[in-house]
Parts: sequence; structure tokens; C-alpha cells
Amino acid sequence: MYRYDQYDHQIVKERVAQYRDQVRRRLSNELAEDEFRILRLQNGLYMQRHAYMLRIAVPYGLLSAPQVRKFAHIARKYDRGYGHFTTRQNIQFNWIKLEESPDILAELATVEMHAIQTSGNCIRNITSDELAGVAADEVIDPRPYAEILREWSTFHPEFAYLPRKFKIAINGSEEDRAATAVHDIGLAMARNPAGDIGFRVMVGGGMGRTPIIGSVIREFLPWQHALTYLEAILRVYNQHGRRDNIYKARIKILVKAIGAEEFARQVEAEWIDIKDGPGTLTVEELQRVAQYFTAPAYETLPATDTGFETRKAEDKAFANWIKRNVKAHKVAGYAAVILSLKKTGVPPGDLTADQLDFVADLSERYSFGEVRVTHEQNLVLADVKQSELFALWQEAKAQGLATPNIGLLTDIICCPGGDFCSLANAKSIPIAQAIAEKFDNIDFQHDIGDIELNISGCINACGHHHIGNIGILGVDKDGAEWYQVSIGGAQGNNTSIGKIIGPSFSAHQMPAVIERLLDVYVKQRTEDERFIDTVQRIGVAPFKEFVYATPILLDQPHGEDACV
Amino acid sequence: MPVSNSEIIKNRAVVADDWTVLRLSEGDTADSVTIPAGKVILPLAVWQARRTELQGRTPLGVWLNSDAQADAIKDDLEQFEVIGINFPIFTDGRGYSIAFNLRTRYGYAGELRAIGDVLRDQLFYMQRVGFNAFAVRADKNIHDALKGLTDFSEKYQASWDEKTPLFRRVQRQPVTQD
Ligand code: HEM
Ligand code: SF4
Repeated sequence: MYRYDQYDHQIVKERVAQYRDQVRRRLSNELAEDEFRILRLQNGLYMQRHAYMLRIAVPYGLLSAPQVRKFAHIARKYDRGYGHFTTRQNIQFNWIKLEESPDILAELATVEMHAIQTSGNCIRNITSDELAGVAADEVIDPRPYAEILREWSTFHPEFAYLPRKFKIAINGSEEDRAATAVHDIGLAMARNPAGDIGFRVMVGGGMGRTPIIGSVIREFLPWQHALTYLEAILRVYNQHGRRDNIYKARIKILVKAIGAEEFARQVEAEWIDIKDGPGTLTVEELQRVAQYFTAPAYETLPATDTGFETRKAEDKAFANWIKRNVKAHKVAGYAAVILSLKKTGVPPGDLTADQLDFVADLSERYSFGEVRVTHEQNLVLADVKQSELFALWQEAKAQGLATPNIGLLTDIICCPGGDFCSLANAKSIPIAQAIAEKFDNIDFQHDIGDIELNISGCINACGHHHIGNIGILGVDKDGAEWYQVSIGGAQGNNTSIGKIIGPSFSAHQMPAVIERLLDVYVKQRTEDERFIDTVQRIGVAPFKEFVYATPILLDQPHGEDACV
Repeated sequence: MPVSNSEIIKNRAVVADDWTVLRLSEGDTADSVTIPAGKVILPLAVWQARRTELQGRTPLGVWLNSDAQADAIKDDLEQFEVIGINFPIFTDGRGYSIAFNLRTRYGYAGELRAIGDVLRDQLFYMQRVGFNAFAVRADKNIHDALKGLTDFSEKYQASWDEKTPLFRRVQRQPVTQD
């Protein structure tokens, strides 16, 4: 994992001092709220429904055990005892006092962390594949490039006041696990026929009000040119992106308006002057950064561990967990474990301070002291010996972190919604909870198989509803909370945007709506066909017909909303 | 209506300023506005409309609004002693790219002045892309704003002020924290 050198330390330390003084000036009214707002947002501090929320950067989702322990400490000392992992691989704390925020940043700096550019109209935290470096299907390890991009984008003087937020994702495996197609820039690492390493560059993807899948503007960009080429993209966007209308300010609107070809032409024209300039990456720099991402001290192990195989055969619950929560590893005898943060009854992505401490311990005992965050709001221990999976499972289970539901119905992606977010049109956490309660049965979930259910509390799409196989969007109708349902969305190599099935539903109807969608699937599926494949084969119509065929009776109220 | 601030930050010091920034008021047009005598920084539109009349007048300055492009004056750079870039609001970041292109792409070497909604917490970035003068918003303390220029002592990426990125400039080595 990347470790700060004296320069990283210095920059983060100076940031803390700068921010502390900004807070001081705000509190003494030297800074107006309008002036301060932008500054605090670039430090991840939002004003939310009840309190300030602090979003801490987890660069490309990688954490060390001491960093996770620091979160636990922050949760206890400055918050109400828990944190919330997000679809951007970051962590958020919901109950922060402005006066204490500089102290939190100072504490974070001691473990090489910060909240720089986790919000605001600048280049946000770079996201990547949570299995980077260990995935069996990896082509090139994206982590060194992600770190190089992190440094380059940190306090980039020209791009701190862009028309809108700017998100970059990078993926290095055959399977896209970083949702690159719905980012402002999506980089897919590849080799050209000569074997050189580079990127396929996609721009203009995004969700929100206008969901768009990114366009490829360059099939192959040699890695040395990553920074100068991105600089050119950002410069074109900075000057030509719309600033008159916040809803049209993302780069996706610019790319759509002028066309991907014309956009690419302008980028190339901008690039020509800086290509091969000092921003060109060097082999030395790549090596410097890459040395932090070398393999840990793996043991030489047999490809399969017999004790593990026996346990799996004997214990169905363990086998279920292995099937869903354990992923193939490129080193023989090892596996990557996904700790589910989706236990029924808990808001998706939430972890208590004690659980954070526990995860830190677990990672030290089983996985070289490293933890990763997934954009599905789960955690990963990436380097676990097969022979230790059983012991790890038992411990994780005791802490509620081993629900065998990864990729299943209750592994719901869910934004904070109306419970916390001031932009929400509707609550989303209670909807996730009501659905999870109704379909808590693990055998049923395993029978349904791979399915992605994503929920956002408003059109901003923080819960990725557009790319959920089933997407739920909170909408406001005459001041009441309603939910619009879409199906057929997908992430990964065949990213697609879901189609809305029809009029929206009330909160208590939602579990029944999901049940009906699943009924259609179960009836229509061919053997081994996943939900998404059935939707793609038979289309939206049969689902729509069945869901709306008869009224949904409200005999089974669910969740908090049921009593209102 | 001519606006003149008596002090600006220039080359990292607060100095007296004897330039006048000409802004068109309602009813003014670029063709007809009266250009005051003395050191004046003209709106781009006035320069473009009255180029023949103004050519050869020295000293002269021009200012670009944030929606302009650096290439609008790329062939006239030697005419100006000052080029201003206006920030209609401090969150409008286009001026940073204009400045960068004026300096690096078109080689402008004279005074590059940020005008408009110019505040302390943006100055560090502004100087990085090429501004060397700042007409800080009149209701703010200019001596306080001066501190904004030194918020950071290091930077990762190259820009106009620092021609080489950190990775080419220094030997970077892991450190253990005490
Ligand atoms: C603090 C509460 C939050 C606020 C006020 C907020 C605000 C927004 C806004 C305004 C947008 C739309 C931006 C645009 O399309 O231009 C957006 C999009 C998004 N936010 Fe949030 N957000 C919040 C929390 C979150 C959380 C908790 C997550 C992760 C779980 C998240 C991840 C995202 C993602 C992935 C998008 C989609 C961006 C895209 O690709 O179009 N946000 N958010
Ligand atoms: S989708 Fe809407 S409600 Fe949910 S976190 Fe984002 S802005 Fe808030």
C-alpha cells in the first residue's frame, strides 16, 4: 500500500493548517458562508439535514489497519459511534461539529489520510477495482496509476473550480469492477499488440439526472501520457463546459452536445502542446510508486487446501458464504474475502466503531493488515489463506459481517437518502431495510442468484440506481415520498441504463413490487439465466404487466414508514 | 464606470496601483464609451472595436472576461503592459485556464492580473497558473489576502510557476513517521 513520503506529509499538514484557519475565519465572520461553503466542500464537509457530514477520502478504496482504527476512533470521539461507506469507496461521518473538523483532519493526517477533494467542483477521489493486485482476471495492476493520478489531481491549480464535480475511475482487469463507463473519465488498462501498457480512455459517462454511458475517445493511450492527456481533457472541459445551468454542467453534457469525435479533436488540439512535456511520466516515477504495491509475503501453498475443502463439504452455511463472499485470487492457496456490510436491519454500508476496530484486527491476523472498500459498500480482505477461511468466517459471523449475500438480492447499494441527505426526495434506507426483511431467507436469495438492487433517494443517483438490475429512485409527488422502479440496468463490461417500468409506488408497496418482479423472473428464466439476462431477453413488458396487473394490497406494512 | 482600487498585490507585495479598470456600464457601448486618459485597462470588446484608434497608445492594458479565450488576444500581446482576467464570481474557474494558456501557449510575460471576485483562498492557485497581480475584492483586507499566496510550500504537479512536476524535481523516498 502507498506510504506517504515527506512531501505527501508536508502537503497534507499544510492543508490542515490552511483549513483550520479557514474555519477560524468563518467562525469570526471574516469569511461569509457563501465563500466558506466551497472551501469546506473541497474538504469533504457538507451541511446535511441534521448536522455536518465529513467525507474522508479513501484513495482507490485502499486502507491499512491503523487507518481503519482511526475511523473507529473518529466515530467514537466525534460522531455517534458509526461510519458509512459509500459508492465512491469513501467513508462518511454524519454527526460532525464544524469546530471539531480541523482536529479530525489533523488526526487523519497522522495515519496518512485526508478529506481533500472529496466534494466540490474539482477532481474527486480516484476510484478503482477493489480486487486490484489480487484478482485472477487482472491484466495490469491499476493501483500505481491510481496513486499517480491521486497526486496529480491533488490541488491541481487549474482544475479546482471546474463547472462541476469530476470523477475518474480506473480498472485493470478483464471484468470492469470500477463502473468506469459511468464516470467523467473511465480508464481501462490494456496492452496494445506490441505489449505496451496503456489505457482505453472513455469520457462523458455519468448517472444523475441524465444518465449517459461514456464514449471512447482514444483506444490506446500509452501510460506515459496519462497526465498530459487528462490535463488536455480537463482544460477543454474547464473552458467549454456549461456553467449557466448546474444540471447541464457535467462533462457528459458537453461531450453529448458536440459529439465524442469533436470532443476528441479538441482534446488532441489541446494536447499537442503539452504532449511529451514535463508532465510526461517516467519509468522511474512509475517504479517509485509501483514499489508500494508489490505482493505481500505470500507463502507457497497448494492450489486447494484439503481442510478447507472438507469444511466446505460438511458445512452448508460455510459453503454458502464461500460461494458468494469469497473471490478467486491469483496466488495459489489464497482467496479474497468480501465482508458484507449488508446484514438485515443495518443501513447498507454502515459500520460501528467496534466493528471497525474488529475489521482492523481481522485484517492484521488474516490479510497482511489491509482492507479495501468496494463501490457496492462492502469491505474486502484481499489476501486470506484458504486454510484460514473457516476461522475467519466464524469470527466475522460473530460480528455480523458474514452474511452470505454478496451479489444477491439483499446486497443492496443504498444512498443515505432522506434520513440524512438534504437533497433527498425520499428515504432510501428504510426501503432497503423493508426489502431485506422480506427476502431475508438465504436459500431463496441463493436461488434467485446474481442480482443488483440499487436505491437512490433522489435523481442525483448516489445509490447508482440507473445501473441496478433493479433500480429504485425516490421521487417527490405533491410533497409525498414515492418510488420509481427501473429494470435492466447493469454495471461492468456491459453497462446499461435501466428502463422505468411505469408509475411510481408508495414505500409500503416496494417489497411487494420486488416480489412480483422476481416472480416474473422465476417463471421466465431458463436454466442458469441471471435476472439481468432474462430482462434483456424478454424485455421490460412482461415485468411491467405483472407488476401493475392487480393492485398491491398493503396488508403487510414494512419499515418505519408503515405507521405514518 | 471607471473603477480604481488604490492597492493591489503584485509580485507578492501590496503596492499602490495607478491603473484604471474600465468596465462598461449600462448604456455604454464598446464603440462609444469614453476612454479615460492615463493608464487604463480596457475591456476586450473595446480593444477589438477601437483597435485602430488605440494602436500605439502606451501604456495600455486589456481585460478578458471568463468566457473569453486566450487566443482572442494572442497576436496583440506586445500591445499590453497589463492583461486582466475577470472573475465574475470566485467559483468561475475558466480564468485559470485562460491564464495558463496565455503564459505557456502564447508566451505572455507581462503583468497578469486577477480582477473581480478575487479572494484570499484562491490566490495560491491563481499564482500557480500565471497570475502575478491580484486586485483583491475591495471589502477584503488585502494584507490578509497576501497570506493566501503561501498556503503551501510544495506541489505535486507542474504548472506555470513550477515547470517540472514533483516527480522530476526531487528524489522521493519513503519515510517512517515519528
Ligand atoms: C452528503 C450527501 C450527498 C449529497 C448532498 C450528494 C450530492 C450529489 C449530487 C448533487 C449529485 C449529482 C451531481 C451531478 O450529477 O452533477 C450526486 C451524485 C452522486 N453522488 Fe452524491 N451526494 C451525497 C452523498 C453521496 C453518497 C453517500 C454517495 C455514495 C453512497 C454519493 C455518491 C454519488 C454518486 C456515485 C453520484 C453519481 C454521480 C454521477 O456519476 O453522475 N453521494 N451526489
Ligand atoms: S441520491 Fe440524492 S438523496 Fe441520495 S445521497 Fe445522493 S443526493 Fe442524497
